[in-house]
Amino acid sequence: MQPVIKTEGLKKTYFLAEPVHALRGVSLEIEAGEFVAVMGASGSGKSTLMNIIGCLDRPTEGSYWLDGIDVSGLSRNEQAEIRNHKIGFVFQGFNLLSRTDAIENVELPLVYHRGKHIKNPKKMAIQCLERVGLGDRTDHHPAQLSGGQQQRVAIARALVNEPALVLADEPTGNLDSRTSIEIMGLFQELNNEGVTILLVTHEKDIAQYCKRRVEMRDGVIVEDEKIEHRKDAKYDLENFHGFTGI
Amino acid sequence: MKIFKLLEVAQSSLLKNKTRSLLTMLGIVIGVSAVVVMVAVGKGAQANIEERISALGTNVLMIRPGSGDFRGVRGGAGSRRSLTYADEQSLREEATLLAAVSGSVSSQEQVVGGGQNWFTTITGVHPDFLEIRAWELADGNNFTERDLRSRTKVALIGQTVVENLFEGQEPIGQTIRIRNTPFRVIGILEEKGDSGFGRGGGGDQDDTILVPLTTALYRLARDHRYVSMIYASAYDMDQSVEAEAQIDEIIRRNHKLIDGQENDFNVRTQTEITETFSSTTQALTTLLGAIAGVSLFVGGVGIMNIMLVSVTERTREIGIRVAVGARSSDVLTQFLIEAVVLSLVGGILGILLSWGFCKFLTDSLGMTTIIETRIVVIALVVSAAIGIFFGLYPAQKAAKLDPIDALRHE
Repeated sequence: MQPVIKTEGLKKTYFLAEPVHALRGVSLEIEAGEFVAVMGASGSGKSTLMNIIGCLDRPTEGSYWLDGIDVSGLSRNEQAEIRNHKIGFVFQGFNLLSRTDAIENVELPLVYHRGKHIKNPKKMAIQCLERVGLGDRTDHHPAQLSGGQQQRVAIARALVNEPALVLADEPTGNLDSRTSIEIMGLFQELNNEGVTILLVTHEKDIAQYCKRRVEMRDGVIVEDEKIEHRKDAKYDLENFHGFTGI
Repeated sequence: MKIFKLLEVAQSSLLKNKTRSLLTMLGIVIGVSAVVVMVAVGKGAQANIEERISALGTNVLMIRPGSGDFRGVRGGAGSRRSLTYADEQSLREEATLLAAVSGSVSSQEQVVGGGQNWFTTITGVHPDFLEIRAWELADGNNFTERDLRSRTKVALIGQTVVENLFEGQEPIGQTIRIRNTPFRVIGILEEKGDSGFGRGGGGDQDDTILVPLTTALYRLARDHRYVSMIYASAYDMDQSVEAEAQIDEIIRRNHKLIDGQENDFNVRTQTEITETFSSTTQALTTLLGAIAGVSLFVGGVGIMNIMLVSVTERTREIGIRVAVGARSSDVLTQFLIEAVVLSLVGGILGILLSWGFCKFLTDSLGMTTIIETRIVVIALVVSAAIGIFFGLYPAQKAAKLDPIDALRHE
């Protein structure tokens, strides 16, 4: 079986007043069904890597195969199509359309879907919302939902096109610790169902819910290890006490 | 992305900012209605003039003396006395393309009758004059060839004369005195209205008395050879050029003009007159429409302005759409459609407004206004085009946004 992500010597240089080498040769391979956390301080190059892996940006050098397709040299339109078919995005700031309800937000990738005709996008959207536990909030607007619920809508949106990869960029960054664990629980559930997830975080606690950890520093991968003592979100939630204040 | 989906997105984003959308549209509404009203008023004026010209008669040709030239001092058209009664008779006998011919000689006289007096125009004409001018008699009879031969002192009087001399009386059979010569009234002309042009500017065509041409020539005119004008009607308007040539030929021969010598008369056809006036009103309509078009342009600039603001405000939304797979062309179309919806709805409202305004002009001010289907279609097409033209730049700006920056935009 071919890997979902395979990069070889990815380099990215920003030609500003002085050239900035954001990536200095990243080789990474991620198999289907993995759950990887990418960690690193700001400036480590993890955002640049995420943008390239998410087909929002192109490497200056090196190659990148996504689901067996060489995507390092694609045009803007081809990138858009790859994003639409292969990748589901989850962002720190949820990034939902504020004036549209949950269903329409989840439907959005299908609206831009080219190729085969989608018979019932609404039904698919509802199924995804049920999958993230929001079956009863399908017609709610983002403003009527809590942060955790908004992030669930965003996750449903990432799932609706049945992507090869879900790319989550600091998905818990805007959430309190309990909700963060809930969201990580949802990711664990989805991963158990076979969804490949790549998650960017700078919190060690959050990374502990994943299966593999990739640490970046100065544009290169410095550590790549299997996570020992993996945390189980379900268990943590049952035993969650939080800080009640003094 | 399907078109109805695009329209739905456009609609919801425009409805979200109702006040702003309405204000933006206002520019287009005013622009479109200004253009439509101006053109409708212009077209109305044109129709008015055309109606008046057709009131001139059917297939009319007017022959007038040329400009006089006395020792190098040239008078205006018609200043020369060159057309004669003999010309008129030649035309009647020889011109095969003319259905009717009538000379005319006019003078202004103080007329006494019915215990009143009135200063009016006395015109000597042939009995066919009424036929040429498509002028009916309201009452009584036209005079005849016999009256012409015997120079009978009979008269047909216009409505204005009736009102001024015979208010409340039966005019037929009454006697009027023109320069102390008694004339018997045998007919009353139907009302013809204001010509709007012609002799002496806005002439009241009903302020006239018609008498047999010979009577006028021999009893009222100083010189009984010359007529001031000859009216003729062609059998067929399509042959007006040929008829004109025939007239030229006959009168040139009568006047013994040799080849190369200029005509001492000129012929104008009704078509020419219509064309002259039409081109004037056409020019006026175009001018008014163009001025109104400027306001339409300003309305378009308003749309561009708002669309630019909208693109900046919705940078994040654009980023989201691009991230989940929207292409540049999808974003471009979305914003373009929003601009077109704005301008097109503005255009439709503008047309409704102008329709109401024209109705007001017609009902309250009595102006003729004509809103042609053509102008409505043009107005709609133009407002859509304005949407595309002024929406293109903001839409391109949106389409070119980098998704990474757009997603980071606060």
